[in-house]
Order: sequence, then C-alpha cells, then structure tokens
Amino acid sequence: MALQIIDRRQQGKQKSAVNRQRFLKRFRKHIKEAVTDAVSKRSITDMDRGEEISIPKKDISEPIFHHGRGGSQRRVLPGNKEFIRGDRIDRPKGGSGGGGGGKASNQGEGMDEFVFELNQQEFLDFVFEDLELPNLVRKQLKDSDAYKLIKGGYTSDGIPARLNVVQSLRGAKARRIALGGAIRREIRALEEELESLEDEADADERRSEITNKLDRARRRLNQIPFLDDFDLRYNNMIREPTPTTSAVMFCLMDVSGSMTQDIKDLAKRFFVLLHMFLKRHYSKIDVVFIRHHTKADEVDEQEFFYSRETGGTVVSSALELMKTIIEERYPTDSWNIYAAQASDGENWADDSPRCRDLLVKSLLPLVQYYAYVEINARQQQELWNTYSEITDLFPTQFAMKTVNSAADIFPVFHELFERKST
Amino acid sequence: MKKREPILEGSEWTIDALAEFEEEIGRIAAERYRLDTYPNQIEIISADQMMDAYSSVGMPVGYHHWSFGKQFLSTEQRYRKGQIGLAYELVINSNPCISYLMEENSLTLQALVIAHACFGHNSFFKGNYLFREWTDASAIINYILFARNYISDCEERHGVDVVEALLDSCHALMNLGVDQFRRPRPISAAEEERRQKEREDYVQQNVNDLWRTIPKKKEKKEEEFPRFPSEPQENLLYFIEKSAPLLEPWEREIVRIVRKIALYFYPQRQTKVMNEGWATFWHYNLMNDLYDEGLIGEGNILEFLQSHTGVIYQPEYDSPYFSGINPYTLGFAMFSDIRRICEEPTDEDRRFFPDWAGSDWLDTVHHAMANYKDESFILQFLSPTVIRSLKLFSILDDDSDSAIQVTAIHDDEGYLRVREELASQYNISQQDPDIQVWEVALRGDRSLTLRHTQRDRIQLDEDDAKEVLKHVHHLWRFDVHLESMQDETVAQNYHCNEEKVWIDSADGSKKSEKS
Repeated sequence: MALQIIDRRQQGKQKSAVNRQRFLKRFRKHIKEAVTDAVSKRSITDMDRGEEISIPKKDISEPIFHHGRGGSQRRVLPGNKEFIRGDRIDRPKGGSGGGGGGKASNQGEGMDEFVFELNQQEFLDFVFEDLELPNLVRKQLKDSDAYKLIKGGYTSDGIPARLNVVQSLRGAKARRIALGGAIRREIRALEEELESLEDEADADERRSEITNKLDRARRRLNQIPFLDDFDLRYNNMIREPTPTTSAVMFCLMDVSGSMTQDIKDLAKRFFVLLHMFLKRHYSKIDVVFIRHHTKADEVDEQEFFYSRETGGTVVSSALELMKTIIEERYPTDSWNIYAAQASDGENWADDSPRCRDLLVKSLLPLVQYYAYVEINARQQQELWNTYSEITDLFPTQFAMKTVNSAADIFPVFHELFERKST
Repeated sequence: MKKREPILEGSEWTIDALAEFEEEIGRIAAERYRLDTYPNQIEIISADQMMDAYSSVGMPVGYHHWSFGKQFLSTEQRYRKGQIGLAYELVINSNPCISYLMEENSLTLQALVIAHACFGHNSFFKGNYLFREWTDASAIINYILFARNYISDCEERHGVDVVEALLDSCHALMNLGVDQFRRPRPISAAEEERRQKEREDYVQQNVNDLWRTIPKKKEKKEEEFPRFPSEPQENLLYFIEKSAPLLEPWEREIVRIVRKIALYFYPQRQTKVMNEGWATFWHYNLMNDLYDEGLIGEGNILEFLQSHTGVIYQPEYDSPYFSGINPYTLGFAMFSDIRRICEEPTDEDRRFFPDWAGSDWLDTVHHAMANYKDESFILQFLSPTVIRSLKLFSILDDDSDSAIQVTAIHDDEGYLRVREELASQYNISQQDPDIQVWEVALRGDRSLTLRHTQRDRIQLDEDDAKEVLKHVHHLWRFDVHLESMQDETVAQNYHCNEEKVWIDSADGSKKSEKS
C-alpha cells in the first residue's frame, strides 16, 4: 500500500492543444467569418489581440438519441412548499412543463451560442491564413546564415554527437588486423613447432622456450588497443548555401491635403495590416516607408503612421524615390521587390501620365507585384483611370482595388494577397 | 482519547502534510470503518491541467478528437469568466487509484479531498458490484493507451478527417454500446492487442460470408430465410462492429474502442448518487474523526464544515439555481440516515425497514455500497425521514392533461410512490430511449431497421434523432430506418439514405431535410 504523490504542476499544461486545434479546424468557416468581422471593427492600434468567437449551438452539438417532449412524464422534485396530493399546477409558459428539459437532454436550453476565446496567436493565424506575397522567387544571396547542413563523408575530428560508430569500429578493426599480422604469424609458427615437438621426449627445454615465446607474443597481441583515438571518425557536415527568399516591400502613402483624416485612417489600416502580415509570415523582409505630397520622403515606421505633415500632390515623386532606392540598395538579382500604394487618387493633372510611364518603363520590370489601393468614397479619379491601362499590360504583376469603408479593408487586402493555387 | 497536535494549520499545504493526512485518514478508514481501497496515487495539478483533465472526460490519456477540444474551450471560457469553479479533485477508477488534486486548494480542502476521493471513491470503485463486474481497474490505463496509439496510427494511415468522422458517428451511438443484461469480460490491454490482428482477419471473413448472397433457388419463399438478427439487439455498436457490411477492419476496431470506453463509464452513470453519497459520507466522518483526535485545528474544521455545506446544498425546485437533484445531497442524506436508522430506529423506521433497522450500521452501509446501484439503492433505502427533509414530491406531466398534477408528497400516503418514482428516475433504461436493432433486409436493399419503443408516449427528440440516424447511416452505409413504436403501431418512421433524412408520421405528413 505505497502512497505515491506526484507533483505535475511543472509539466506541460497543453495536453489539450491537439484537441483544441482539431476543434478550430473543424469550425474554421465560422471562425473565419467572425475574424473577418472583428478585423474591420477594430481600431488600427488594436489588431494584436485575441477575440471572442461564438458559434451557434446547433452547429456544434453532438447528437444522441434522447427523449423529446410530450407523452406522460413523471418527475420527483425537492423543496415542496404548499402542494398537497391532487393539486393541479398550470404549465409554465413556453410549454416546457415540469418534466420538459431535465432528463437526458444535455443540450441545455439556456445558451444558443457556443462562446470561446481565440488567443492572439490563433487569431492572427486566421487573419492571415491563405495569404502570401505573389510571385516570390528564390534568389541567390550572399547572406551568411542562409545555408543548410548536408552530410559530406567523414572527418577524423569533430564533436562527440557526430561520432560515427560504424566507421570508427571498422577503422579500429582494420588497424588491429594490420598491427597484429606479424605477431599472429609468429604465433602460428610457434604453435606448429610446439605440435611437432609433442612426440619427442627430450625436447622439454625447447618446449618451455616456445611456450614462453608464445605467452609473450599473445601478450603483445592483447596490448594492441581495441579502440584508439586514431580510429575515431565523425560525420562531416558541409554548409551548403541555399537561395533564400529575401524581399522588400515599399509602402507608398499619399499624405496630401486632399487626403482627409478619414481617408488617411483607412490607408493606415491597410498598411498596418500589411505590415503585420509581413512581419508575421516572412522573417527576413525589409519594409521601406515612403510618404509623399508634392515631395516624397523615406521615413521610419513611427513617422509613417503618426506624422501629420501634409501638402499638395505629385504622385510621381514617390515613384521616383522608390526607383532611386531600388537602384541604390536593392539589386533585383537578390531581392524580391514589392510595392503597395495607397492614395485618394487625386493627382496633379500632368503628373499622372508621368506616373504611368515611370511604372511601365522603370518600375514594373523590376518588381514582383505592385498593388494599388484607391481610397475614395466618390468617383474614380485621375490616377485610377491612368492605372487602368497598366492592368492590361501586366495582369499578374499589377493589381488595383478601391476601398470605401473600413469594412472593405480586410476583404480587399485578402484579395490582393490571396494565395493563388499554382 | 489523548489529543494530538494538528498536522498543519492555516491554509497553506505541503507535500509532507498531504502524505501525513493520507496516512492518518487511511489508518482511521481501515481500522475503524473497514474501508478497503486500491493504493493511492495523488497527483498535484494546476487549474490549466485540471481543465485538460476535464476535457478528456476524466481519462488521463485520451485519444484526440475535436469534441474534447470543444469541452476544453467551453470549460476554459466559463472558468475565466468566473461562471464556474473547477472541481477540487478528479478521481480515476484505476489501480493504483489516481486522484488529481488542484494546487490552489487550501490545506483543509486537500484533506477533505483526500478523504473524499482517495478513500471514499476509491473504496467504492473497489467494492461496488457494478465496478467489479464491468471494469478492470488494473487494466484501464493500459487499454486507453492502446486505444490512443491505435487511433493515432489510423489517423496516420487513413487521414485525420476520415477517422474523425468515424469517431463522430461512434460517439453518437455511445449510449447504445452496452448489453444491459449481459456481463462483459473486463478489458485487458494485452489481450486486446494480441487478439486485435486475429480479429481483423476473422471478422472480415465472417462478414463476407454473411453477405455472400447468391440465391440458388429463386423460387424460395421469403419466410424460409432466417431473420437477421434472429432476435432484436440492444447493443447497436456491437451489432455494427460485427455485422456492418462495408466497414474496414480498422474501422471495426475503432467502433470497438469506443464501445469499450462506453462500457468503462457505464457503472459510473448508474451510481452517481451512491458514489458521491458514499464519498461525502466518509469525508464527513473521517474529517470529524481527525478533528476529534486533534489532527485538524479549530479553524480548519470550520472551513471544512463550510465547504461541506456547500457541497450538499440542494436548491429547491423553484429556485433559479435548481438543476435537478444534487447527487451529493441525496446520497449523503441517505447514507447518514442508514446509520441513524441502525443506531436509533424509530417506530416508523422499523415499519419501513424491518430487516435492518437497529442492525450494525457499518455492516449495513457496506452491504448497501457493495450490492446496489442508484435505482435499487433508492428503492431499498430511501427513508421517510429523508423524503421529509428534502420535501420531495412527485408530479405527473401528461400532454393530454391541461395541467400538471401533483401525485404524491412527503406524507404517509406519498412515501412509497415518491420513492418508486425517484428510483425509476435513476434507471438508465428509463433515462435513455429504448432503441434496438430490429431487422436487416438481407435479401433486399440491405437496409437496417431500428425500433424505438415509446414508453408513456414519450417521443424522440426529432432533430437529434435525425442527426444520429445520419451517423448510423455513415457506419452501416446502406439505408437506415427507425420505427418509433407507440402501443404496437408505428407512430413515426424515420428514414435515412445517401441524400437525406426524413420522417413519415402516422398522420401521413412528411418532414424531410437534406443530409
């Protein structure tokens, strides 16, 4: 009768993790809807947390055969106060009656929704599920940590973990054979002689001499070490550089006077989403923030999202700057280049054709994908019309969408970066 | 008796104190009360781990299934929102008997839980006839491990989705996986594993024979063919495992696993009141004994009494907190009253219980624990005193009557009726609808017909019944019918084929729905 007390508190608590994942997978459609809904409702600084999801009870129930209502049901209840035998009680409204719900019905009547909490990690998984940067290709890069280890023969020194037992023992055996050859030959000769001397009576002296020699020879044979440092072999690993997917995303935002606070907010929402998506899915990615009015500047994240500077509109200035930065810092043979541009579509009249030329001649040949989002509650503008011509020239590389309200952002974002089946 | 020093006071506990409590309680339980138990294994776990344990319905290692994830999420949500507290303990019917104790329990609660689970439940598992006959405490952990590995193997070989769909269907029929009137052989993991391969081959062969229908003489008349199954079968899962025509061997094995696990839980479903009542009765006595010996301090015994009162709280039928009869309350009241009737019987008690009123109380409670299940326990031992103290009354809710009728209350004419009706409320065959395998159209479309016998005109819940029928179809893979019988006539006829499930009612109306 030995008592055992086991303290399990330090052990993992995620025993149910698999079951939880199974559950999320099974109800992915419901969860996806709820997540999409939540993304468009949240403020832009509030994307990074979990969400409460509810699913209709009936979709989630596990049915079993059980009794329904009706018929003649008997029941015993506690806490009688005023009843005596033969009393008649009116049925409570709703027809459930005294005997309705209780028995065998594990689908309780109270809640219609199954509610649970999706944690932040799971939430973002759902938000960015099925999204990717289009046309991403592997490009050779002299980046030092981009290699993988492959096996390449054996070496005579290395760390114990890589010790190759078979090779080491094989080497040891060969060495033992080689070193012991002469001694074994000697032993054989002595043994033969000893045998031939067995019948002769007066060879005692010779016999003991041979026995001594044999003993010595055998001792020498035993002294050959079974395993020597010299025998040890280690698996050799070779670093093979691998092409990596390195990418840079240009975020181009219009901050001109025509962009009202609301429009800017929508643009920022779009970029926040984009930024989170990139950070989450691509470990090595550069993001270049460019904001422009009549003049374009490269800015940092903080300024991009929070600065209030404003002015007129010359869109081409941003494109020029992007071109310069690509030439200076991002050679196309080692970088995947992406760009996302958000604007209200208003532009200096003469500037739009210039933008088109810049895009068609200089930028689009360099980039993998260029997404343009026009944020505008009214008619499509100048820039939209000009850009429309480009879509036909570069159907896979260039995409454009309009956004009119916060609720559009996520669907548009999703369309732009949807994983295309290949 | 000489008073001893308390083992520990205050609310913080230590591992050493737990061990000491276990030893002292064990000493009293064995010497004074003859409680016979499996060795104890106490595991200290955190709240998160407790929720893990909850979600696998009390199995220490479960196979993976989304429904356990659902359980976990809902427990987690409600716990975080403070809608529910977690149980202080969870105990597994195994040898050694595993009890999970929550780390946030106070010292008093840990002592209470040790008395309740490690000695109360433990001795019940070891002593009650249902557990002795239906489960094998020493084999269950190994069997569940075997099941888990087998199912995860299947997932690897056949895909998670296929296995999941199969488990869904089996779970829907879990309550129909028991032969109520036949005793099974206890589970043994080693045996199962050894025979599993063998079974795969033979079963498939037999099934093939069953379906080898090459009619030699076409003019043979219907009735010359034997009916299949020859008698109605109540164990639907067993029937499917052995006779479903198109199941693969591994699918049959999974059906079997679910059936075996249902079997393991079957005694628990039938002994809720007794099991909890027994454990509560003993923790109450054992804690008081510890206090009398001085091993528990004044403060701690007061805390214990408060917890104990909470455990046996019974809301009245019209209270918003009412959710049925609290098994702890009923069981505790009954066991305590058995002791009272033995020690100080009144005339009324002697009239109701001539056989044992005034006998040795310890013998009587042990006898009750070992040889009864909830239904028979209530029928035999529910005393007028308990009926009065809980103010039980019984009602009749007949849909042909405009009002609910009170049929008996806690008075002389009422005791017997209340007792009978309360007992039948705990009868599994009254709680679950009576559904049996009726016939397989061996020579026709291979359809399977189930038959539901309505009791007191109580019908099946239609929506759920239709869903379950889809699951039966998923396993049987030919058309499935369910006849719901009211007094020898078919009241509703459920049908399920590849596309849809629908009901023909006696009045000729049709309700259908895509499947």
